[in-house]
Amino acid sequence: MDDGPIRMHAHVDPATLLPPEDPVQLLKPDGTYTPDEAWPVDLDDDQLRELYQLMVVTRRVDREAINLQRQGQLGVYASCMGQEAAQVGGAYALAEQDWVFPSYREAGAAVTRGVDAATLLHLYRGTWLSNHDPHEHNFGLLSIPIGTQALHATGFAMGARKDGADVVTMVYFGDGGTSEGDPHEAMTFAGAFKAPVIFFVQNNQWAISVPLEKQTAAPTLAHKGVGYGLPGLWCDGNDVLATYAVTRNAVDRARAGEGPSLIEALTYRMEAHTTSDDPTRYRTKEELEAAAETDPIARMKLFLQGRDLYDTGVEEAIEERSSAEAQRMRDEIYDAPHGDPMELFDHVYVDPTGHFDDQMEQLAAELAAGETGEDA
Amino acid sequence: MTTTLAQAINRALRDAMSEDDKVLVFGEDVGQLGGVFRVTDGLQDQFGEERVYDTPLAESGIVGTAIGLAIYGYRPVAEMQFDGFMYPAFEQTVSHLAKMRNRSRGTLKLPVTVRVPYGGGIGAVEHHSESPEAYWAHTMGLKVMTPGTPEDGYSMMREAIAMDDPVIFMEPKRRYWMKSDVELPVTTEPARKAVVRRSGSTATVIAYGPMVRTALEAAQAGEEEGLDLEVLDLRSLNPLDTDTIVESVKRTGRVVVVHEAARMLGMGAEIAARIQEAAFYHLEAPVLRATGFDTPYPPAMLEKFWLPDVDRILDFVERTLTY
Repeated sequence: MDDGPIRMHAHVDPATLLPPEDPVQLLKPDGTYTPDEAWPVDLDDDQLRELYQLMVVTRRVDREAINLQRQGQLGVYASCMGQEAAQVGGAYALAEQDWVFPSYREAGAAVTRGVDAATLLHLYRGTWLSNHDPHEHNFGLLSIPIGTQALHATGFAMGARKDGADVVTMVYFGDGGTSEGDPHEAMTFAGAFKAPVIFFVQNNQWAISVPLEKQTAAPTLAHKGVGYGLPGLWCDGNDVLATYAVTRNAVDRARAGEGPSLIEALTYRMEAHTTSDDPTRYRTKEELEAAAETDPIARMKLFLQGRDLYDTGVEEAIEERSSAEAQRMRDEIYDAPHGDPMELFDHVYVDPTGHFDDQMEQLAAELAAGETGEDA
Repeated sequence: MTTTLAQAINRALRDAMSEDDKVLVFGEDVGQLGGVFRVTDGLQDQFGEERVYDTPLAESGIVGTAIGLAIYGYRPVAEMQFDGFMYPAFEQTVSHLAKMRNRSRGTLKLPVTVRVPYGGGIGAVEHHSESPEAYWAHTMGLKVMTPGTPEDGYSMMREAIAMDDPVIFMEPKRRYWMKSDVELPVTTEPARKAVVRRSGSTATVIAYGPMVRTALEAAQAGEEEGLDLEVLDLRSLNPLDTDTIVESVKRTGRVVVVHEAARMLGMGAEIAARIQEAAFYHLEAPVLRATGFDTPYPPAMLEKFWLPDVDRILDFVERTLTY
């Protein structure tokens, strides 16, 4: 069409945004590594071992949280078992000054960012709604309303860009989350403002009991970025090297001012949706067994062994760190008391003048009268 | 100097942006157009497209990115184009904007102002005349303000932007062109204080936003019938200044609450409850509510039958006098 008031909208060649025909995979389940020039893995031996260690620690932390729930110490817990490579590989591609906006199933991303996983469990125990300072490790609050945190990551990235700061943000959400509106509004904004944000979708195949084929008719979830001008990247999310390399590519482009990307990492939720869920009602034992064959940790171990990067010394060091983290979680959470009930009024407003003085008096009086709330 | 409410808010935005480069103004059509009501007129020319910008047409995106910008360290002022178009942003407002500071145990603050032109009386098409203030007043973690005069439009907007808590700033759109003879800048009472706009002894008429002027007109008309009405302008809907309300009730013993919003669970219900809790023995009559009806907002040609006006307010005052 000619120039004129009716504009052509092909700002970019759509073909440059499309995901590859097959998901990027560098490590096969048997540990065989096939390098790909398009997706370089610029990691030294120590870093390769660290990736493995972070995944093992994540699984141990996750298992310990499930144990704590079984022992009545947590009300509920959402396990990330099976998704370690997606979370660790993605977060490992970020720099220290970058930010992560997590959903509620992000133990692996937290461990990778150096967040004390034990503190995150206060949400699940119900002692408070969070217990970490997001600014300490640039790790946002665990977000439960599905996909809503995508807008916070986008707004933050828009702010960083306005400020000229060298900061990239990454938001984690799931396959179900791609059906919600907010990630789509977020990708619209991110594209329009060239915000340095990475939309990282862990496609773990299940949104509680609803499988992917009932969730969407999209060819892949990575295609969902194309309509907003975002390149769609697609990788084997159980391959920590592919996940790292693909995310690193997106992060580097965002850092260079080239804007946002959408990544779909194919993975599998090995555990129930949460400890309150019963997956035997909707998926088969056979499917679970088949998924276990693609385990992200086993394949990285085979890779390290094949390169002589794994020995008993490494194993012992990892075991030591895992046990220490697990113990730390038990120390933090086991029988942890709630705080002073009067704290309920402390953080609602910076300036609470005029809001609930009489209600504070009421609760204080109830507490003083020894009404402990035991019969509530 | 004569100033309209729209001009006063515009000046408040301009002054806040001049004083603090962390203040951003954004929303649908707020840039070159200056907003559909011209409240942001000229701001983009003065402060540039990085600080005053048009967003994609997505209200959840506007409020959600405002939250991210605030976490980064900005002081966003976001516009919802019309009352009836804020509903897509309901989840971001209720689940995040209101709660995030509390959830973070006080480690995060969200100094976000969301401007919402609201209310009817301008003959608008469907979805452009709603009064959703009770939703926000019921959402703890938000502050809700609504100016009834140009002076307050300036001063309360400055206060809202400077505040470290999220504020839903409800702008009575039919009063955008209301004039005051005032020199800006001006500082009025803190928003959390209700103000007596007219002293009287017969009964108290409690109003806010667009109904403040209507209530004053009713008081004027009532004078000819021998009524001496006190008119209270709430200004802040959360927190609610119970003390000033109760002081007035103690003087008059009779109360009519006025708002455009439907009666059912509107602000009038909360005000009536607080009055009977705090001033039961001072009441000469039940607290009555002169409000919109419990129907959806009507088509434009019927809005004059739906909206509270001088006659309806005086009818309700007469009713309180029969006790």
